[in-house]
Amino acid sequence: MFPTPIAKRSRTAQIGYQAFLPVALIVWLLPLIAVALFSIKPDADFTNGNYWGWPSSFEGFTNYGRVFFESNMPRYLLNSLLITIPTMVGAVALSAMAGFALGIYKFRGNLLLFFIFIAGNFVPFQILMVPVRDLTISLGMYDTIIGLVLFHVAFQTGFCTLFMRNFIRALPYSLVEAARVEGVAEWRIFLYVILPLMKPALAALAVLIFTFIWNDYFWAVVLTQGPGAQPVTAGITEFNSQFRAAYHLMSAGSIVAALPPVVMFFLMQKHFIAGLTLGAVK
Amino acid sequence: MATAPIVPDRHPPATRGWYKRNEIALTPWLFLAPAMLFFAVYVIVPIGQSFWISFHEWDGLGEKTWVGMANYDRLLGIGEQNIDRKFEVSFWNNLRWLILYLLAIPLGLFIALFLNQTVTGIRLYKSLFFFPFVISQVVVGLVFSWFYLPREGLLNAILGLVGAGPINVLGDPDMATYGIIAAGLWPQTAYCMILYLTGLNSVDPEQVEAARLDGAKGWRMLCYVILPQLKPATFIAFVVTIIGALRSFDLISVMTNGGPFGSTRVLSFYMFEESLSEFGFRMGYGAAIAVVLFFIMLFFIAYFLWSMYRDERGAR
Repeated sequence: MFPTPIAKRSRTAQIGYQAFLPVALIVWLLPLIAVALFSIKPDADFTNGNYWGWPSSFEGFTNYGRVFFESNMPRYLLNSLLITIPTMVGAVALSAMAGFALGIYKFRGNLLLFFIFIAGNFVPFQILMVPVRDLTISLGMYDTIIGLVLFHVAFQTGFCTLFMRNFIRALPYSLVEAARVEGVAEWRIFLYVILPLMKPALAALAVLIFTFIWNDYFWAVVLTQGPGAQPVTAGITEFNSQFRAAYHLMSAGSIVAALPPVVMFFLMQKHFIAGLTLGAVK
Repeated sequence: MATAPIVPDRHPPATRGWYKRNEIALTPWLFLAPAMLFFAVYVIVPIGQSFWISFHEWDGLGEKTWVGMANYDRLLGIGEQNIDRKFEVSFWNNLRWLILYLLAIPLGLFIALFLNQTVTGIRLYKSLFFFPFVISQVVVGLVFSWFYLPREGLLNAILGLVGAGPINVLGDPDMATYGIIAAGLWPQTAYCMILYLTGLNSVDPEQVEAARLDGAKGWRMLCYVILPQLKPATFIAFVVTIIGALRSFDLISVMTNGGPFGSTRVLSFYMFEESLSEFGFRMGYGAAIAVVLFFIMLFFIAYFLWSMYRDERGAR
């Protein structure tokens, strides 16, 4: 193990390390802690200039209550969910199939197709922006949830296919051969042999896509406007102009907007990290 | 899977269906079809269309007017015109982003080395160090713009304690871009950290012990024994950091909206501004900026694909 395990160091070093850890963490998360503190302060603290002192009263419930009951926030949160979940399902389904095809079969153009999927995934959004917006408008899907979902599914398929294909490649190929000898139809091999083994990859991708799409801002701004279809990342701007300079409410709103992926991360941590670090280990 | 004939069937069906005969060749294409269709419609074709649009003048609604290379000439200052000032600023800012963003890699490695211990609660510490990455860039942008606020911000509260004067990071054209990059480095460092933590986990302990017996430690151990084994993690960290730097849009849009005086624009933001902002819909000019950005990115994409291709060759 590197660096040398602290357990093999002197007693002072161990205590020093243990004591330093929380300090380092607080420094690292300082901007976030500041926002969390803001979000429970009463209005009066800001007019009195008491920015960093102890809150004169605990107003957490009032502030978060106002976020939920006096703004469009619930609507934006719902939109985000309605965009995120179908995208998650669609992208995972498409890429599981594409990954199966690219990972199992040998055919001309296999590697080329695979590389096109990877390359497409790295492309700057801006080169897609004008044509995709145009297409969405001409399909009558501008400012609708389905318009955003369709694009996200297509774009995320690139990354997901890379992930799925490499995962399937690592499965023992003899399973497929054995099934073929038994005369199992190819689509059944996918459904009953490969798919059950892909559960960890499916879970990892699902949480990753959830986070990516929930946090998307660019496409939300390009393809939607107004509370009808906009997700929370775009809606927060409108929220902030509604509560201009009311830092306690804006802070509470940001925390609400940021929370779902954080919860998802802490619940599915193992899968999340497995997905993100794919390829970081040989 | 249920019943496999042990004795070969002596009466095979005279004509198996056309699909059955070509099953192995056809299946991959059937499985690929939906993904290829989506990807072609929303990613591949639009790239071509953007190139096409960049040779036109277009407001996004009416007819396109063919202008040839005029958009590029204006952008890059070819002929007797000057280079587009906004483009120049954006380009240099992109370069700043690229270079400074790479700091996330050593910073991430440093934090990973710091946290790669086994003490009680370390798992929770690792998660808490990582979780800025999970927060949307919009919220990161808001959090940092409040952190930088001249009067209410925590940064100036801290600077005040050590007697340094209040600074207005985002209001100063010389500082604003660096302020935004610092905000971007926060989640990016967390990402690199988690890559390195995973990498460190799989470092071969026998090699480390052997090196230790040979008297290697500290810096030399890191450079000659650990880092070579972390190469895959470094590669991925490099890829995601470069892509992240060139994609920077959310933070700029939220924190300064390109200002003050346009000093924080980057190409991706400038492109958006030209094509879709209140200043009018100049889609052709916007597309030309996107094409330039695409070529910058293509340089890196080609390098990434080349590296992956080499690995792929080695694998089978």
